[in-house]
Amino acid sequence: MAAVDARVDTGPRADGTRATPARRGRHRRHLREYLLFLAFIVPNFFFVLTFAYWPVVYNAYLSLTSWNMLAPVKDFVGLDNYVDLFTDPDFLGTLRVTVVFVVGIVVGSMVLGLAIAVLLNQKLVGRGFVRTMSFAPHILSGAAIGTIWLFIFDPNYGLVRPLFAAVGADSPNWMTSTTWALPGLIIVYLWKNMGFIATVYLAGLSNVPRELYEAAALDGSGAWTTFRKITFPMLSPVTFFLVITTTIGTFQAFDVLALMTAGGPGSSTTTLSWFIYQQAFKAFDAGHAAAGAMIMFVVLIIITALQARFLERKVHYR
Amino acid sequence: MTTSTVDSPLRTRSPRGRAGRVLRYVLLVVLACVVLGPLYWLASSALKQNADIYTYPPTWIPTHLRWSNFVDAWHAAPFGRFFLNSLIVTSIGTVGEMLCATLCAYAFAFLRFPFKKVLFGVLLGAMMVPGHVTLLPNYLTISDLGWINTYPGLIVPGLGSVFATFLLRQHMLTLPGEIMDAAKVDGAGHLRTMFRVVLPLSRPMLVTAGVITMVGKWNDFIWPLIVTNSTTMRTVPIGLLFLKTQEGYNNWGAIMAATVLVVVPVLVVFFFAQRQIVAGLTQGATKG
Repeated sequence: MAAVDARVDTGPRADGTRATPARRGRHRRHLREYLLFLAFIVPNFFFVLTFAYWPVVYNAYLSLTSWNMLAPVKDFVGLDNYVDLFTDPDFLGTLRVTVVFVVGIVVGSMVLGLAIAVLLNQKLVGRGFVRTMSFAPHILSGAAIGTIWLFIFDPNYGLVRPLFAAVGADSPNWMTSTTWALPGLIIVYLWKNMGFIATVYLAGLSNVPRELYEAAALDGSGAWTTFRKITFPMLSPVTFFLVITTTIGTFQAFDVLALMTAGGPGSSTTTLSWFIYQQAFKAFDAGHAAAGAMIMFVVLIIITALQARFLERKVHYR
Repeated sequence: MTTSTVDSPLRTRSPRGRAGRVLRYVLLVVLACVVLGPLYWLASSALKQNADIYTYPPTWIPTHLRWSNFVDAWHAAPFGRFFLNSLIVTSIGTVGEMLCATLCAYAFAFLRFPFKKVLFGVLLGAMMVPGHVTLLPNYLTISDLGWINTYPGLIVPGLGSVFATFLLRQHMLTLPGEIMDAAKVDGAGHLRTMFRVVLPLSRPMLVTAGVITMVGKWNDFIWPLIVTNSTTMRTVPIGLLFLKTQEGYNNWGAIMAATVLVVVPVLVVFFFAQRQIVAGLTQGATKG
């Protein structure tokens, strides 16, 4: 497309003239424009190619080697690292934790975010303030949020203790309990995500044509039916965007996790993200770390592709 | 709304409507508490003395403001140095990335080039590469350059820009063509057009992209964590991890004070540029 456009712009034979000085001048101008284009994009492309694309190639290669990050030679081992991982019960455990973590956070924050958006879409006094404040956690440092919630979850002096006391229970020792650490982490990420998702949904809600609601009101459909038949389908492109970005983000979630649980206790919160970090920078096992990263990459590509197909089908019915 | 009073279900509307209204306000208050509770807890705990922290039930209002928590935090870890590092990395990194992004966006918006769309696709494709795939190779690259524990090591890998370039290009494409034509007729070269016409008209989007970039760099955690290992080169978010391992859970006041120091700059920026940040971060969704 672009190539055709460019040629049309140059219009080599458009006016049927021969190479007059004027045309040669135009050529020179185009050449100068091309060079300027290159000069303008080179810095950005240099960094993107060096620090985003090249690493994919290098990482793929590393995943086929065995290397302790010190030895001068990397041993080529073929697919051994992948075989190791998929036959290692610990790694399968990591994948299980990752699924619970990602599904919990994506589904949870989508549901909460949509509910908040519907609430804040009503004419209520103070909704602007609440909307702004609920967005704030999205841009705060994950390390800071992790630290705040460590204190909130403190079983003796944290905020959760009175909440549990209200129903006559003791607060669990969240971050040192293999049962509670993962749910605790998920709660923190829900708190961090829900306001952002609500804000995006609110923008989507304002784009739903009013006539649809008026028609539904004339038909006498109730609030829930209206939501199910009109609001939710009309929001499907927004939902698609949010599910993808939240999924990609959650797979890589690191900072809150690093601060609160560091993958523990035991391996109860070791997600794929933590596993890769740990293999590379604690165990200095480049091969397995790279293989883990490739697995994450492929999973994310598959999820995105599946959702893209799903969306295509959805959008036709709009 | 209540035109068809003949319908029997609609007659019950008024009392139910009032109950619904009350319910909605209750939910709004609950939401406000959930969102603000942790932030208030942070701010108040940073000023509490130990007697107010290590007590049950929790004290909501500090009985005595203990500002020395900040002094404690400052002494427990070299936070002054962490701050300086964060400032340097964030400011130079943001300026550098915005330069790359602006030039690139201008080229894609206004200059002719064969296969331009393909090239733009290549750029956008980089968004699909998860950071975790680049972690180890980038660490090795930086280490080969001898840049571990240096500012270039912290800054350079983050200079490439996809999101900001995308935002800026989309904005530049919306600028009215007549203005560009007028500039051309004037005989203005592209450099002049860029600085005199396009950039001034793109100010709001430059602010949006710049602020989002800045916040991302300030909060960045995993890259500074792996590319530095000496205390003097750590940034503020890593400082929190450092402090946690140093102080454990024995000095929540100081830890909360340090957390306030990490959060406040971002909250201040958010307070002033709230509309731009929200618009920029939500744009991808609504424009499809």
